Amino acid sequence: MPLPAITSILHRVSGVALFFGAIFMLYVLSMSLESQAGFDRAAEMLQESFLAKLIAWGLVSALLYHFFAGIKHLIMDLGHCEELDSGRLAAKVTLVIAGIAILLAGVWIW
Amino acid sequence: MVTSITSFGRSGLYDWMMQRVTAIVLLAYTIFMIGYLLMNPELDYNQWKELFSGTVMRIFTLLAVLSMVAHAWIGMWSVSTDYIKATGARFVFQSACGLLAFIYVVWGIQILWGI
Repeated sequence: MPLPAITSILHRVSGVALFFGAIFMLYVLSMSLESQAGFDRAAEMLQESFLAKLIAWGLVSALLYHFFAGIKHLIMDLGHCEELDSGRLAAKVTLVIAGIAILLAGVWIW
Repeated sequence: MVTSITSFGRSGLYDWMMQRVTAIVLLAYTIFMIGYLLMNPELDYNQWKELFSGTVMRIFTLLAVLSMVAHAWIGMWSVSTDYIKATGARFVFQSACGLLAFIYVVWGIQILWGI
């Protein structure tokens, strides 16, 4: 599969994941804002539970990827990187930047 | 002529524009939230509660929720019309997405104004 096709399908996959993953985001936000005890419970969950960390990292990864692929989309809307070579380069840059951001997010969460 | 009755604005051009406008809002909200969390590693409950008690933050957050829901509707519509060819199954899937989007809006308002 050509690189721009991979960035495109990942944009779709991450978007679908974020739409359903928003259940988890709102659940944690709601818990963290309801009371001091709720805030402590949310903080503890994100610091102690491996599963919660994995879900959080997964969602942050999807968000970061979707974020950078979205910026690529907006740049292409302005008429840049639409040729074969520049399009491939833009796809490569998007994957590298998103990859670095996802690794940093993993370090942040763990 | 067959018109698209399940798309967000019943016009491809309008959906295209709304997808970009909501994307910019979500871009700004994401940068703000990640920046805020990175700059406040010792965040406590009072500070967190105070942040979401401000009117500006409530407006910004509700705008982000509404943008997410519209953005997701257009995205889920595009994806489901591409991959789910059976009309009945697609209608059920899109209805479920619409219901979840509606739940997000009500839940979001409840969280923000229930503080």
